[in-house]
Amino acid sequence: MSKDGSTSRGRGRKTVAGGTASGKSGAPVSLRGVEKAMTGIRGLDDVTYGGLPRGRPTLVAGGAGCGKTMFAMEFIVHGAVDYGEPGVFITFEENASDLKKNFASIGYDLDRLVEERKIVIDHVFIDRNMIMETGEYDLDALFIRLGYAIDSIGAKRVSLDTIEVLFSGLSNHALLRAELVRLFRWLKERGITAVVTGEKGAEQLTRYGLEEYIADCVIFLDSRVTEQIVTRRLRIVKYRGSTHGMDEYPFIIGGDGIIIFPITSIRTDYKLSRERVSSGIEKLDLMLDGKGFFRGSSILYTGTAGTGKTSFAAYYVDAACRRGECCLYIAFEETEDQIVRNMKSIGLDLDRWVKKGLLKFYVTRPALYGLEMHIVLIEDQLRRFQPQNMVMDPISDFTSIGGGKEVKSMLTRLQDIMKSQGITAIYTDLITGDIRPKTSEVYISSIIDTWIMLRNIEFNGERSRSLVLIKSRGMPHSNQIREFLFSSHGVDLVSPYIGPGGVLLGSSKVVQEMKDNAQILGLRRELQTSRDALEEKRREFGSRMEAFKAQFNVEQNELMKNVEKAEQDLNVTIKDREVMGQERKSDTTKTGITKRSGGEDA
Amino acid sequence: MKQDTSKQETWDLKIYVAGETEKSRKAVANLRKVCSEHLKGECHIEVVDLVKNPRLAAEEQIFAVPTVIRKLPEPLKRLIGDMSATEHVLVGLDIKTKNS
Repeated sequence: MSKDGSTSRGRGRKTVAGGTASGKSGAPVSLRGVEKAMTGIRGLDDVTYGGLPRGRPTLVAGGAGCGKTMFAMEFIVHGAVDYGEPGVFITFEENASDLKKNFASIGYDLDRLVEERKIVIDHVFIDRNMIMETGEYDLDALFIRLGYAIDSIGAKRVSLDTIEVLFSGLSNHALLRAELVRLFRWLKERGITAVVTGEKGAEQLTRYGLEEYIADCVIFLDSRVTEQIVTRRLRIVKYRGSTHGMDEYPFIIGGDGIIIFPITSIRTDYKLSRERVSSGIEKLDLMLDGKGFFRGSSILYTGTAGTGKTSFAAYYVDAACRRGECCLYIAFEETEDQIVRNMKSIGLDLDRWVKKGLLKFYVTRPALYGLEMHIVLIEDQLRRFQPQNMVMDPISDFTSIGGGKEVKSMLTRLQDIMKSQGITAIYTDLITGDIRPKTSEVYISSIIDTWIMLRNIEFNGERSRSLVLIKSRGMPHSNQIREFLFSSHGVDLVSPYIGPGGVLLGSSKVVQEMKDNAQILGLRRELQTSRDALEEKRREFGSRMEAFKAQFNVEQNELMKNVEKAEQDLNVTIKDREVMGQERKSDTTKTGITKRSGGEDA
Repeated sequence: MKQDTSKQETWDLKIYVAGETEKSRKAVANLRKVCSEHLKGECHIEVVDLVKNPRLAAEEQIFAVPTVIRKLPEPLKRLIGDMSATEHVLVGLDIKTKNS
């Protein structure tokens, strides 16, 4: 099995090749018996678990313009350049100079490869109108021709594109079939790994039933047009003696050839980081276990229009650049200038990071390309810039160019790339409904590690912004809804009002707080009033006591005076009587009366 | 009409074969027979064995054997097969039109 991963292409593929080679239990593994030849076509070697069957022909079938020729040529060129296997390209349709021109546009210098004796291109020209059949013949000349080309450079690979032209050029189909059987057997005997292309048929895989003769490996290419955008798909119809991906894999023909997306191939060999990175907002980090996001994780800010998604993303960017890391900002709605200017208003100077080369904007419009083209262009950006962080703002724009399923598979693929490269990815998603998340829930929740929902809550004639962490995998996190405020100093997360009536934000929160204050105040006043009343009562009681006492004293004095007067009157009377008695000379009576008067005084 | 003009012409034919097989010999013989019976002018027939000269297969755009190429008179004509179907050979070499 060729494990040669040495290639100038992206890192993603190498990771996959490594994962396949490691042969984890449970993961599909190719049978040891089938030796494989890497095609070098990005993604294909993943879904075939190592390439095409070595030393055997593979049929590549598909309609016009589906990429058969590209497939066949990439197989030859990668073989010659990347895997040290020279190859022969036999073209039955396009002539060599057209081919050279066409492939020059994707950066293949076929002339140079021919000069370096790495490849041979031979155009077998068959014009039905110029050929008269005059009896029995065979294709020995083709064998000789091919054999000569193979021997001249020691070729290990051959592409025949499209051999079916023979059927339209020659009338003896029975003979042709017999000859093709012989040709494929002959190639096998020589140990040649071959790609044979065939035109799609109406009732069978290929128009002339080539699949009957090439049984080892059959790949079908398809291109469909939906809403003016071409979607190409690849399917491995069969692969004898080897496991292979069964699905239809989307692929594109981009600036540097075919790229196949093995969307459903689940990879578990990411090296997940335990490192934490700041969200750029201190109080948000606090909600995230006090440490922020996991490096290499995916973060989604969902929210309706004007909830501050871009600002939150920009805070992350700023924090990342402060750490000296690179960040790719993919903007679908705003231009670089707009974003830089708008973020200045909340105190972020993104421009300096751009100037330092840490921040790169990639501004594009969703409608410019199909979903798959976008992936390729983004991958291309990642490959060139090698950022540790990425922002995509907003992903919701993709729904304008694809259905939910396609968008999900595209984003899954994209997140796969991010994960495999350890890139922390911030996505924003514009939702239309309020309160309940709709779109994101359906198609991307599963690929998102940390999901933060931003909401505008309209109440009492004003909008308040709130933030809630819907989920954050792998960490304890706050469940509380926070209110946040933008200022020129940044984002401030405020603890919300929490009371028996629920959570309140904005001025309603303030109003509620005032109401609460009023109540307390009222109770205080009530208390004071009661206290006052008690005091009053006491005072009243006191003062009444005073008055009563005063009156008592007055009356007591009066009464005492009366008593005194009465005593005096009594004494005076008694004295008068004594004086009168002395004058009458009556001794005994005088003593007795004196005693009684003394007792009265005591 | 064609028969009239061809009478005085020089014919230059090449027959490409793969090895000295029975099939090859039969084709060459058939071609010679057609020439001697139907061509009045001078007729050169060259037999090229591709096994000995494999390079020529690509150079001369040959994929089937036997192949006959009429180099002269121009334009260039190609025939494939063992030349046993004389009528087809005559049409293919432009000695005879299809309907005549």
